[in-house]
Amino acid sequence: MSFDVAGTRRQFPILSAIIDGKPVHYLDNGASAQTPDAVLDAVRIYETTGRANVLRGVHRLAERATESYEKAREEVASFLGVPPTEIVFTGGCTAAINLVAYSYGSLLKAGDRILLSELEHHSNIVPWQLLRARSGVEIDMIPVTVDGRIDLAALPRLLTPRTKLVSLAHVSNVTGALVDVRAVVAAAKSVGAKVMLDGAQRAPHGPVDLPALGIDFYVFAGHKAYGPNGIGVLWAKAEHLDAMPPFMGGGSMIGRVTFAETTWAPPPRRFEAGTPPIGPAIGLGAACKWMAALDWSAAHAHEMALVQRLMDGLQKIDDTRLFGPASLQNRYPVVSFMLDGVHPHDVAQTLDSFGVAVRAGHHCAQPLMDRFDLDGTTRVSMAPYNDNTDIDALLTGVQHAARTLR
Amino acid sequence: MSDQLYQERIVELAKAKTGAGKLAAPTKSARRDNPLCGDRVTIDVRLDGHGRIAEIAHQVRGCLLCQASASALASVAVGRDLAGIATLRHDAERAIGRKEGEAGEPFSAFAPVAAHKSRQECVLLPFEALKEALS
Ligand SMILES: Cc1ncc(COP(=O)(O)O)c(C=O)c1O
Repeated sequence: MSFDVAGTRRQFPILSAIIDGKPVHYLDNGASAQTPDAVLDAVRIYETTGRANVLRGVHRLAERATESYEKAREEVASFLGVPPTEIVFTGGCTAAINLVAYSYGSLLKAGDRILLSELEHHSNIVPWQLLRARSGVEIDMIPVTVDGRIDLAALPRLLTPRTKLVSLAHVSNVTGALVDVRAVVAAAKSVGAKVMLDGAQRAPHGPVDLPALGIDFYVFAGHKAYGPNGIGVLWAKAEHLDAMPPFMGGGSMIGRVTFAETTWAPPPRRFEAGTPPIGPAIGLGAACKWMAALDWSAAHAHEMALVQRLMDGLQKIDDTRLFGPASLQNRYPVVSFMLDGVHPHDVAQTLDSFGVAVRAGHHCAQPLMDRFDLDGTTRVSMAPYNDNTDIDALLTGVQHAARTLR
Repeated sequence: MSDQLYQERIVELAKAKTGAGKLAAPTKSARRDNPLCGDRVTIDVRLDGHGRIAEIAHQVRGCLLCQASASALASVAVGRDLAGIATLRHDAERAIGRKEGEAGEPFSAFAPVAAHKSRQECVLLPFEALKEALS
C-alpha cells in the first residue's frame, strides 16, 4: 500500500512555510521533529478552554485540566501497550533517564554493575556516571561493530551476576541501528539483570509493544515524537515503580506530610513532584494518538525508501562514506555520512543554504566518535512527512559542498 | 545568505594551510576544544628571548572556518608577543561583528561570519589556543 505523503505533509504547517525565501526541507527529525495540527490544536484547546493546575482544584477548569492530563497519560500508555498507572510524565527523555538512575539507582549497591553500549547518547551515559560517583556502582560497555551496531556477541563476556541493569538505545541516534531486543533480554535475564531501552529515536516511528519486548524500563522524548518540548515519558513495570523512592520532592507526590515524616503517593504521582508540564503532556497525548492512527507499515516502507534513495545518491558522490548499517534491515531512518575533506559542520551549513536542515557533529555520542576516530558526521534523520524532494535537495547540496569546499 | 559564508577568500585561506603541522621543538604548546561542536586546535610556538613568536604551527581538527582562521593567524603571528596577538584578535572580532570598526588584513576575509552567530567561536578558537600557549 502506498503512503499518503502529501496528505501527511499538509498536517504540518511548518512544512509549507517559506523561511528566508527558502522551502523547508526538514531532515533533522532526530534532534526534534515537527508538530502536526492535531497536537497544536490539543494544546490550544487546553490553553483556551481548560487551563488550570491539575489535581488541586474543585473548580471546573481544574477538573477539565486534570481530566485532559490523565487522558494524555492513557494515550501514551495505549501507544506503548501498558497500563496508565505505569506511565510517568517527566520533563524529557534525559529527565526520565536521570529519574531511573537516581531512584532505581538508589536501590543498587557498590560493586553492582550497569551495562551500557559504546553508541549511547550522553544522556544514557552521564546519569550512570553520576550514580557511580554517588554509590560506587561499576559501568561496563558493549562495543560497537564496524557497521555501527551494538555488538551483542560481546554480551556473554560482559554480563556478570553483579550486572543489575542493561540500558541501551532502542535505535541509535547516529546510525539508525535497531538493537536486537530479544537477544538482549534473553541474555540479561540469564543473570537476573533488568533491561532499560532509550526509545528517543524509536518512538517517533510508531507504537511500541512494550509487553512483547519483555523489558523493565522505557523512556522517550515528546519533542522528537511530534509533541511539544518539555515533556518526556518514563515507563517502568509497576513492581519497579513501587519499589523506587521519589526522585524529587514537592507537591503532588506525597501521601501525608508532617515535619517528622512524609509518606509518598503511589506511582506514577510519586515521581511527578510539583506542577507538571500540563500543556506539553496533553500535546504529547495528542501526538501519540496521531501516531497511533497512522498506517505504519506503509509509513515505514516510505521512510526506508527515502533511506535507500539517500544512500544511493550519496554513493554516487565521490569520497562520501556512509557510517552505519549498509542494509535496510533492522534499522530506522537515520543516516550518518562523511564527505572526505569537508568538515560535517561545513556540509550542514552548505545544506542550510539550500533550505535543507540536518545535524552535524558528534550527536552527543562522543565515545562512538572516538571509537571510529571521527570528527563527527552529517546526520540525516527522516520522518513520514519527508519526501523525495527533501532527499534530492540534500543531494544537490552535498554535491555543491563537494565541489566548492575542497 | 549562507551561500555567501564560504566565500572564496575564506576557502583559499583554509586551503593554504599556512603553518599547518607541528614544530619539532616548541617552546610551548596548547590545545583548545570547543565542546559544542568538537572542533579542536593545537598550537605549537617557538619563542625568541623576548617572548615573541619565532615560529608557529597548528593542527586543526575542525571546520573550514577554524582552519581558515588558524591559517590566517599563522600568516601574521611571527614577531608578535601576547599583546600583539591580542591586537590581531581584535581585528578578527571586528570582522565577525563582535567589535566596532574596520577589520585589517587578513581577517577582513571573515566578514561573512558576522551573520552566523553559531559559527563565530570557530573563528576565535585558534586565538584561544594561541593565547593559552603564550600565557
Ligand atoms: C538516543 C537519544 N537518547 C536521548 C536523547 C535525549 O533527549 P532529550 O534531549 O530530549 O532529553 C536523545 C536526543 O537528543 C537521543 O537521540
